[in-house]
Amino acid sequence: MGVVIVLIVVVVASVVFHLVSPWGLTELASNWYSMDVMLHLSFAVTGVVFVAVMAFMIYALVKYRHRQGQRAAYTPDNRRLEWWLLGLTTVGIVALLAPGLAVYNNFVNPPDDAMAVEAFGEQWRFHYRYPGEDGEFGRTDTRLISSDNPLGLDPDDPASRDDIVIADGALRLPVDRPVQMHLRSQDVIHGFFVPQFRAKMDMVPGMVTHFWFTPTRTGEFEVLCTQHCGIAHYRMRDDVLVMEQDDFDAWLAERRTFGDQMAALEEREEDEDVRWGRELADSEGCMACHTADGSRSIGPTWLNLYGSEVTLDDGSTVTADADYIRRSITDPRAQITEGYPPAMPAYDFEDDELDALLAYIRSLTDDDTPPTENGTGD
Amino acid sequence: MAYSASADSHAHHEPQSFVRKYIWSQDHKVIAIQYAVTAIGVGLVALVLSGLMRIQLGFPDSGLIDAEAYYQFMTMHGMIMVVYLLTALFLGGFGNYLIPLMVGARDMVFPYLNMLSYWFYLLSVLVLMASFFVPDGPTGAGWTLYPPQAITGGTPGADWGILTMLVSLAIFIVAATMGGLNYVVTVLQARAPGMTLMRMPLTVWGIFVAAIMALLAFPALFVAAVMMILDSTLGTSFFMPAIIAMGQQMDHEGGSPLLFQHLFWFFGHPEVYIVALPAFGLVSDLISTHARKNIFGYHMMVWAIVIIGFLSFFVWAHHMYVSGMNLSFGYFFAISTLIIAVPTAIKVYNWVLTLWKGDIHFTVPMLFAIGFIVTFIVGGLTGLFLGNVVVDIPLADTYFVVAHFHMVMGVAPILVVFGAIYHWYPKVTGRMMDERLGHIHFWITFLGTYAIYFPMHYLGVLGMPRRYYDYDYDFIPQSAHDLNTFITVVALAVGVAQVLFLWNMAWSAVRGRSSGGNPWNATSLEWQTPETPPGHGNWGPELPEVHRWAYDYNVPGAPQDFIPQTEPRPTSAPGHGHREDAT
Repeated sequence: MGVVIVLIVVVVASVVFHLVSPWGLTELASNWYSMDVMLHLSFAVTGVVFVAVMAFMIYALVKYRHRQGQRAAYTPDNRRLEWWLLGLTTVGIVALLAPGLAVYNNFVNPPDDAMAVEAFGEQWRFHYRYPGEDGEFGRTDTRLISSDNPLGLDPDDPASRDDIVIADGALRLPVDRPVQMHLRSQDVIHGFFVPQFRAKMDMVPGMVTHFWFTPTRTGEFEVLCTQHCGIAHYRMRDDVLVMEQDDFDAWLAERRTFGDQMAALEEREEDEDVRWGRELADSEGCMACHTADGSRSIGPTWLNLYGSEVTLDDGSTVTADADYIRRSITDPRAQITEGYPPAMPAYDFEDDELDALLAYIRSLTDDDTPPTENGTGD
Repeated sequence: MAYSASADSHAHHEPQSFVRKYIWSQDHKVIAIQYAVTAIGVGLVALVLSGLMRIQLGFPDSGLIDAEAYYQFMTMHGMIMVVYLLTALFLGGFGNYLIPLMVGARDMVFPYLNMLSYWFYLLSVLVLMASFFVPDGPTGAGWTLYPPQAITGGTPGADWGILTMLVSLAIFIVAATMGGLNYVVTVLQARAPGMTLMRMPLTVWGIFVAAIMALLAFPALFVAAVMMILDSTLGTSFFMPAIIAMGQQMDHEGGSPLLFQHLFWFFGHPEVYIVALPAFGLVSDLISTHARKNIFGYHMMVWAIVIIGFLSFFVWAHHMYVSGMNLSFGYFFAISTLIIAVPTAIKVYNWVLTLWKGDIHFTVPMLFAIGFIVTFIVGGLTGLFLGNVVVDIPLADTYFVVAHFHMVMGVAPILVVFGAIYHWYPKVTGRMMDERLGHIHFWITFLGTYAIYFPMHYLGVLGMPRRYYDYDYDFIPQSAHDLNTFITVVALAVGVAQVLFLWNMAWSAVRGRSSGGNPWNATSLEWQTPETPPGHGNWGPELPEVHRWAYDYNVPGAPQDFIPQTEPRPTSAPGHGHREDAT
């Protein structure tokens, strides 16, 4: 009989837990109220079935528990009962499936006036792109990707000239306007999920995937990656700012188009070594873990790194001079910056390559006055 | 009746040396024990890994394991539990021990192949364990091993780890194929006189259909593994499009990451039922025996097993609703998935209806069977959420999924494993397991796992993604972190409590109460062997003759509350499976 009491407690506790649990849906911020309705409908239908079947079983366990001299009935089957149960179950299934597919149909077919926005995944951050005035995304190619062109747009495609690229977030969206997300990835499969928006979709390299939603309230939300994408998967996140249409328009109008960005880059005056260093950083994989814009990644950013005071994981500090940076490249695990994983492999560069990288990293420090230079470095 | 006369000669060739008898054994009972011990051993490794992961999730500041180790343990835990523990234990362990005994055969029809099957399985386990010692350790790609991530530098063990994993899986599939062929042919060809298909215990039906499914599903994983090995070592592009990984342009072009997912889940979904169907079969027999009542709706139960097995090959892409495949597939797979719920529900009803008007003994196996019903109902019902495509979209890749599959294919089958071990242990050893320890083990395991996984669904509803090493996100409230800590504490307690079970198995083998040949007064053939544990060849000089189905409990007018299958029936009485009797 102990069994029966415990099972009753389990059923009651499960139902009570569902009703009073503080852990439930985050406050909705998109049009997918219907998904919430389907979730609640599923809880209701399955909850009733759970309680009913459990109650019947518990009753049977009490009533037909073994007692002295008791014999069981011999009833191999009961076709009538079985067909009834089959029929009822089918009705229940249809009751869940039919409205579910109706909502899904809505999900599959985006509204015609949806605004197109691209999200682009890279280990382990998001970039974005708006199609610009022509409403069309320019052609892309993975081979064109570099730190100057993180989404790999084709500069020769006229449609790409007015595209607006937002490298490393955040994503901004106008409120109450349907958005058709175009999702791409440059390396592995990522996922694009904002819990308050409900809808999500994987970002698959080699293809473009889609889903749509309409943000329904302004505010700041988190995008998180929902497909295991490597060691820093859990850190792959970004912000979404949902703003009033006017604010959004004003913000977007201030962005430089891809065409303007490219033109500015061509005019860039750059030391030969700095340019080579930047190319090396791109081609040798440095930029997978380090950034040049101050944002946090797997490794420390290079922006204003040169000459700064670096705190190591043993609590000591060191000045990031030329020697330190060289050492960090050739023997990275000797001195680990506090708060970062010892993840970097040792690189074996030629001396002139190291000089070029160093020149590039130096160029990223605003105030280029050498710190306590010891003279042996560059 | 289909049985081979040559099988009779087995009894005269009992091997005498220790090595032939217990190591290079061709006896299905010894092989079963070898399989079971290996599977439980490797399962314990996976249990420890899960404890380490839970410590990280419950106490993120502990710093016990780093992100690299977390993903590696997560991957190994999942793969070991699904493939190397559950699949191997149900098919290689229970299938090997019970099929020949339950159908009245002297052994598997291909004993040598059976022995090879075990040694290949052991090899696959050793290769898998070796991946802990290769450079950079085991793969951290998650048990789904999705490329490109599985073979690119941002994932732990992307060189040696993934290769050892894939090679180990390929070896395992060779083992499973040799075993599976054996089980299928034995059921079809080596049944004792009178053992028609529709007289077989549901345990045999469950394992039989699961073995057929394994033969059809594992090849998909095999080719996927071979193709990924080629992508990784020879630079082919089956699954690899043109990508830039870790800043490096890779030499791949035109491959499809989704192709892998289709192959993986074409194996992966039937795999769920390869684990579930044997559990369904075993638990049916536990319930019937300990409720002293025939299984309700036997024909329906058999057909449900067959139909579930068949349909499970048409639902795989419900794992891929948000994978980026063409969204139109969602309609088809949502419908096919929810159709499978119907025969599955029938099975639940029939288990409960078997209890109805029974004479229910709350033995340890019965308790585990009840625990199975509870957890399977919860896991089955949450399957309706995830199968219904639009409900899945917000829940995919969250803790709701983790809670669901642990409930339905982790906890539920493991409870059956425990119940079945308590039930058949006396046949294997001739001794009973300790009942008091069994009760304590049951209550901690059942209530503990329920307390772990029931609340976990709600973390998923909240939106907590799975496969995260750490959760410092604004939308996750402190209370969710507290719940995670609670889950970890319970999980560690449940993990430690399994020592009771191991101790009980070890202690009872030496000191357990002597059981006799049929301690549960059960009807099926394995309880009617002349010796317990059964000797080589199982049946002595004469094969048993079967006269009735396996569920004659409390037959009106019978002097005892059970009639063994070997008992001849009165000439005029109506019976079951008449049509097949004609063959």
